[in-house]
Amino acid sequence: MKMSQHPLVMIGLVAAVTLAGRALPTWTLSLATIAASNALIALGIVVLARTGNVSFGQGLFFAAGGYGVALIANAWGLTDAVAQVIVGAACGGLLGLVIGPLIARYSGIFFGMLTLALSMVFYGALVKSTALGGSDGFNVGRPSLFGMSFTDPREADFMLYAVSVIVTGFAGIAATILFRSEFGLASLAVRENNLRVEYLGLSANRIISINFLIAAIFAGASGAFALMAQRHIDPQFAYWTTSGEFVFVAVLAGNQSVAAVFVASMALELVRSFSNLYLPNTWQLVLGVFLLGVILFLPHGIGSLWIRDRRKRRISATAPLTAERGAAP
Amino acid sequence: MDRLWRTNRAVLFASVAATSLGLAVPASAQETFKLGIVTFLSGPAADSFGVPARNGAQFVIDQLNKGSVPSPYEKVGFGGMKIEPVIIDENGGATKQVQELRNLYQRDNVDVVLGYISSGDCLAVAPIAEELKKMLVLMDCGTPRIFEEAKYNYVFRTAAHATMDNVGLVRYMKAKNIKMESLSAINQDYAWGQDSRADFVAAAQQLYPNVKVQTDLLPKYGAGQYGTEISALVGAGSDVVYSSLWGGDLQAFILQSVPRGLSKRSQLVFSAADHVLPPLGDKMPDGTILGARGAYGLMSQKSPLNDWLFKGYEAANGVYPVQAAYRSTQSILGLKAAVEKAMSKNGGKKPSTDEMVAAMTGLEWPSPGGLIQMKLADGHQAIQPIAFSRTKYNPDLKRVDLVDIEYFAAECVNPPPGVKSIDWIKGGMQGAKCN
Repeated sequence: MKMSQHPLVMIGLVAAVTLAGRALPTWTLSLATIAASNALIALGIVVLARTGNVSFGQGLFFAAGGYGVALIANAWGLTDAVAQVIVGAACGGLLGLVIGPLIARYSGIFFGMLTLALSMVFYGALVKSTALGGSDGFNVGRPSLFGMSFTDPREADFMLYAVSVIVTGFAGIAATILFRSEFGLASLAVRENNLRVEYLGLSANRIISINFLIAAIFAGASGAFALMAQRHIDPQFAYWTTSGEFVFVAVLAGNQSVAAVFVASMALELVRSFSNLYLPNTWQLVLGVFLLGVILFLPHGIGSLWIRDRRKRRISATAPLTAERGAAP
Repeated sequence: MDRLWRTNRAVLFASVAATSLGLAVPASAQETFKLGIVTFLSGPAADSFGVPARNGAQFVIDQLNKGSVPSPYEKVGFGGMKIEPVIIDENGGATKQVQELRNLYQRDNVDVVLGYISSGDCLAVAPIAEELKKMLVLMDCGTPRIFEEAKYNYVFRTAAHATMDNVGLVRYMKAKNIKMESLSAINQDYAWGQDSRADFVAAAQQLYPNVKVQTDLLPKYGAGQYGTEISALVGAGSDVVYSSLWGGDLQAFILQSVPRGLSKRSQLVFSAADHVLPPLGDKMPDGTILGARGAYGLMSQKSPLNDWLFKGYEAANGVYPVQAAYRSTQSILGLKAAVEKAMSKNGGKKPSTDEMVAAMTGLEWPSPGGLIQMKLADGHQAIQPIAFSRTKYNPDLKRVDLVDIEYFAAECVNPPPGVKSIDWIKGGMQGAKCN
């Protein structure tokens, strides 16, 4: 095991990033909160992509987490940030538990289209439900933490930043451990050849279902963060462009490095925000050129910037491990 | 090494020059007012609302900075401070808008943010501005829910909400003796369409107690194709067909329904349609009843202020101003009135957010579309007069003229303070002051 992937080193890194928030300017805090939340859901997509399936409908679980938290917060006054993340993850996870086994029987484009379709069905139902504010959505109060409420905007932003960075960081550490585990390697094998996996006595459906469930839990928790950061929810959470954006983050990051997901997500938010400020009429063009540039010049994602050298060394040393490289299609 | 020294020297010289220049200029003249403006520059609402609103804002800010706006707005900029606009795009959903609002206040240090056309965006950004204790002026969004479901101190809306669009429309039909025993409706299946439909039907049931609702259609937003819907509407043959469609959807609906004779069978009434008149031209059937969400554009009343906007905007943009341009104009003029009122109280200093908020609460100011009064929601929500009319194509000018214009006072079509809009309509519109 390399030093940089030792769990203690990674925990230290998460703590350092969290504390760095004390020094960051206020506007970066909320931007980083959104970036961490997007990174969490993109991480789920990367987890799922290791089985060879891409979900274009993660917005479904994102919205389920968000709406679940929002409704419970408004009905029972649950404002604790950590509790809201758990509720969001549970809502996403429950839905994933129902949908995962059904959808695991499909693969490739059928899998992608079915997830997309399900999220759009949810979107359609939300738009029609005037009790939930229809397409305009509704607002929720601001979150608290362990009974403390934050009235100073900077402290409130830092609290959210800290919670989202820590949760996303731990999800990242869990994913790194998962990727190296027997189960994680079996997931890669499903992508390569699921028939052979079945001959080995493993159930490919089960492996996909479990990965799907993990992605759904991450998406639900991410929905809770997005809700806490903006205090407003609308059906746009489940819309296909929202899901598409998460896939974009995953593509930008590549699936070689968990840290790349966070870097990619932050880079995307920064490029979008500054292009919107300086080029309000052509910001989509700037965003598109940025994405195109990354895809053209870094086909394995932003992660290949710092993974490349290590990989070369590893390939020459241990040939069988090439599978772990697991480049996204 | 030598070159490095030379560049360093140049930088040093430049910074010394800049500092001394800065010292030479008096501090007051240097002071500017940074105004964040958020409007649709891309997406489906850009052409109909976002870009006209941006053009209106740009025109007014240029004129204010030159000091060439008629009375009572002759002062340069806001109380002598030049206005420095920061314009950003509203497209991209509420998540992005919340983030960009924070960036405007916290990173770009704007003094006030003004804008927002989508109701969903308005609902999302209002609590954020309140938390950051920064002033936010909503210029256009329609939903009454913003101030009916929450209380805000730092948030204002300088235009009436959507209730008057439909209450006024039904009042106009009653005033013009339009027969309405049966009614059909086509509205987009999202909050604006659903709410407009509910308001119109409720108001119609008050003034036309015997009205029967026949075909009630809710195609999806951005559908663009209305073949089957038009068949249903033609088949129903109701006296009146109501719609709150707007932009490209409304144009498509009109272009597809006219050849099939819908406008001959039924009286078409549109709650917010003036913005499609310039692009449609002679394709717009004569005799259609429509509103503009205010006394705007071709329905505006003559005044020096209105002449200034109408002619100046037309000269600058090659097309006459419609509702969105009027709405951005009236919100900037209102903010100017508030800033100057605050400055007259604090001795001419640049006012703080709290001073501006206090000045804006309950304010009244003249605008090209009539008098704006911040009467609802404890002085945070405006009411304004509204006009309705019929279309008539004018072949000489090659444009659609609006005839039979009728004006309704603000208090005739808006609910009184403290009453929810839909309850007010269903309760028989108690307390309405019509002349």
